[in-house]
Amino acid sequence: MIELRDVKKAFNQGQHNEYWALSGISLTIEARRVTALRGPSGSGKTTLLTLIGCLARPTSGRVSLHGRDISGLPERFLTEIRRKTFGFVFQQFNLIKGLSAMENVMLPAYPTGRPHRELKQRAEALLDRLRLAHRRDARVEWLSGGEQQRVAIARALINDPEVLIADEPTANLDTALAKEFMAILESFGEEGRTVILTSHDPLVVESAAVNRVVDMRDGLIVEP
Amino acid sequence: MTVWFEKQRHLIDFTLASLIRRKGRNLGLLFVYTLLVFVLASVMLYTHALRHEAAVILEGSPEVLLQRLVAGRHDLIPPGYIERIGTVRGVQQIRGRLWGYYYDSVVKANYTFMVPEDGSVAKGTLVVGPALERERGLARDNGISFRAYSGQLFSFTVAAVLPQASELASADLILMNEGDFRAFFAYPAGHYTDVALSVANPKEVRNVANKLANLLPDSRPILREEVQRTYASVFDWREGIMLALLSAAILAFSILAWEKASGLSADEKREIGILKAIGWETGDVIRMKLWEGGLISLTAFLVGFVAAYLHVFRAGSPLFEPVLKGWAVLYPRFDLVPVIDGLQVATLFFFTVFPYMAAVLVPIWRAAVTDPDAVMRA
Amino acid sequence: MIFQPAIIALLLASVISVAMLLAAAPFAIQIIRHWDIASGSERQLQLERRTYLFSTLAMFVMATQLMALMLFVFNADKMSVMFVGAMCAVGTLNVNAWGFPALIAQMAVFFLAASWLAVNHVDTRAPDYPLVRIKYAALLGLLPAVAAVLWLQLEYFMNLRADVITSCCGSLFSEDTKGLTGDMAALSPVPAMVAFYAAIALAFATAAFHAQTKRGGAAGYAVAATSVAAFVAALTGIIAFVSLYIYEHPHHHCPFCILKPEYDWQGYWLYVPLFAATACGAGAGAVQPFRNVESLRNVIPQVSARLAALAAAGFLIFAVIATVFVARSNLMLIET
Repeated sequence: MIELRDVKKAFNQGQHNEYWALSGISLTIEARRVTALRGPSGSGKTTLLTLIGCLARPTSGRVSLHGRDISGLPERFLTEIRRKTFGFVFQQFNLIKGLSAMENVMLPAYPTGRPHRELKQRAEALLDRLRLAHRRDARVEWLSGGEQQRVAIARALINDPEVLIADEPTANLDTALAKEFMAILESFGEEGRTVILTSHDPLVVESAAVNRVVDMRDGLIVEP
Repeated sequence: MTVWFEKQRHLIDFTLASLIRRKGRNLGLLFVYTLLVFVLASVMLYTHALRHEAAVILEGSPEVLLQRLVAGRHDLIPPGYIERIGTVRGVQQIRGRLWGYYYDSVVKANYTFMVPEDGSVAKGTLVVGPALERERGLARDNGISFRAYSGQLFSFTVAAVLPQASELASADLILMNEGDFRAFFAYPAGHYTDVALSVANPKEVRNVANKLANLLPDSRPILREEVQRTYASVFDWREGIMLALLSAAILAFSILAWEKASGLSADEKREIGILKAIGWETGDVIRMKLWEGGLISLTAFLVGFVAAYLHVFRAGSPLFEPVLKGWAVLYPRFDLVPVIDGLQVATLFFFTVFPYMAAVLVPIWRAAVTDPDAVMRA
Repeated sequence: MIFQPAIIALLLASVISVAMLLAAAPFAIQIIRHWDIASGSERQLQLERRTYLFSTLAMFVMATQLMALMLFVFNADKMSVMFVGAMCAVGTLNVNAWGFPALIAQMAVFFLAASWLAVNHVDTRAPDYPLVRIKYAALLGLLPAVAAVLWLQLEYFMNLRADVITSCCGSLFSEDTKGLTGDMAALSPVPAMVAFYAAIALAFATAAFHAQTKRGGAAGYAVAATSVAAFVAALTGIIAFVSLYIYEHPHHHCPFCILKPEYDWQGYWLYVPLFAATACGAGAGAVQPFRNVESLRNVIPQVSARLAALAAAGFLIFAVIATVFVARSNLMLIET
């Protein structure tokens, strides 16, 4: 489904602090599977995730989605693809403070111009499914860590994406909550969604829900 | 199309929510913005009202006014002039006018004494302007005495008080009978202060004026349209000067707007980063921010304008009177007739909303191009 | 020079427009020189971000020019009391030789900016941004046009002398005047009406056809051509007969007096849809040269059809409003 060929990514190009986060990655990610990227911090796994998720463009190399080359697309088109195809759960959850859980969930759909009523129904259904219906009008900063993460998951699903991307999803959770997250993850796998995540938490990468683990170090994939 | 509207609605929703969330930050700017609109709108409304007032007065004034000059100074029209003017072709109506100034030592102000055109004031009575009504506590049927320049004392009764519609002209006015006027000022019989003419064909006014100047070389015709023009440019010029002085304020405001828009708090930067990461496009963020600017502008404009309206037309513009009125030594108080002019609103828009939007464009863009992956790299 | 708020506002608007485009010029040149869509280098990403700024700036300049155009006419009308012989905007614009050129230049810049935005719009719909270089070269071309507006306005306003005796609409738009304006006024009502409605109907039909079939090329150019023709015919028609009906006066032909409050600002009802329709029509033509660009093959027919639909709607609204004004009038020009 997603294919990367000799992908490289540099930051601060041409400056004295130039630095290559990825130095040649080739990888194929299959649909309907849960794939985990594992590696120490600084290994480039988050950068790789941003390239897969159309958050950034590679400096060189090709990324293709369903056989279409998307590495040369300008941001305007990448965003469109990203909105339709990917849902994101970030390590810090990245919810917008001061807004209610409900509003946070609806945010990614605002630029699509979907009717408000439809959006609201979908958001309600998602919150319901993640057992957050009773907290829908609460401001997100009043929610517990686990609740915040579930709001973040609901937000990732509002545009009904094919692929769910999670960056270190359990880093800020205790064991019980991490297990709960894995259970939710498993249900997505069963639904047939593709899930890509980064983690160095054994609880995640060794879980039965994860179908494939890719090891990374220094911007390269480590063959097992 | 509906998608477009729905999208704008979402963007406005979000903008409103975030404006409310950051009340403190936005209130300061909004206050300064409103203040700027208020000051500029006050200047404009005030000068326009004066201009309008002057236009109303001139509307009723004669098309041509003829004065006689002696050694370059205004002098009385001697007998015989009116008959000679009557021979000029194109002149429709000729009327000798009688008016003069009188200094009242009681209230230390000048009054204008005048004989009305229609001779409607009976002998021994006066019709007084609103300022006199206020200053000397006059009302209908009251008696009042004035000591003439000859030293003789004259007594009158007040027959009526003039309406307030155009107080600028009528505040200090006293209308009296022709006989009383000539007696009071010891005016020689057959002499007039000046001559008012009306001309049959408005396009002929200039020709008539030229003929009059040739016929009576010691006199000076004054055309109404000339006076109108002079007034218009005087008021425009005053307004322009005020605006030029205030342009420093506009510039300062633009710099403030630029500063405010570029000095995003860490919180706001993060927020834009999140929006970009979860699927908002640069264009969406720009649009959202433009809505924000638009809403702030709209609020400031409406509030500032309404406040200026109240300030000028209800409170009597206490802040600018001394600067703008200029000649207003005489009038203790006068309420302007409220007039709003479309051109002025448009101009005001150009002086406030336009610089603001121009100033925030680049900062908005700078904020909007945050990399979508920035929140993940942090 | 006459020191007046609206004049200062107009000059301010022009100065800011020029300054913005001038400040953008070096970056536009950078884009023309270094653009490489295939590259993922940081410079390319930087350039792509800049394009957002330029679209926004161009939009802003166009909006400014449109508002300035209205303010310019509005102000000319108001200032007419200051000049001997002036009764409306025509008199004020005739005070010196720069008035009408300034007005026409401003209108031209508005239509140019609108066309640029149409091209920009189709370009951003294609993932490879095929027109970037052309677009930014055109943006650089817009700069002298906007600068020319500023220059003409400056010349015009600096040379305004209140003691000049000018000639007003009565003489410029009169049957007896030699030249274009006189000829427009001298058209007798029936042929003028026929030409007016025929041209607008043609523009409407062409635009509606193009909007329906979405067939590109010739039809797109035809929309632009008929729109411009309809614009000219509409102005002629306003001078020849619509204004007469509005004034209810058989010899008052002025296209500016209808903007006055005495006539309930009826002119704005006419001009706003007319200008919008013409801008959309011109935009539909402006994108046609690029219809064979590979990545725009699907985009241009859609966009130009949408623009044509807007143009058709605009002309329809214009024609309906003009007809209402004529029907409502108490003036009888044509014996029935």
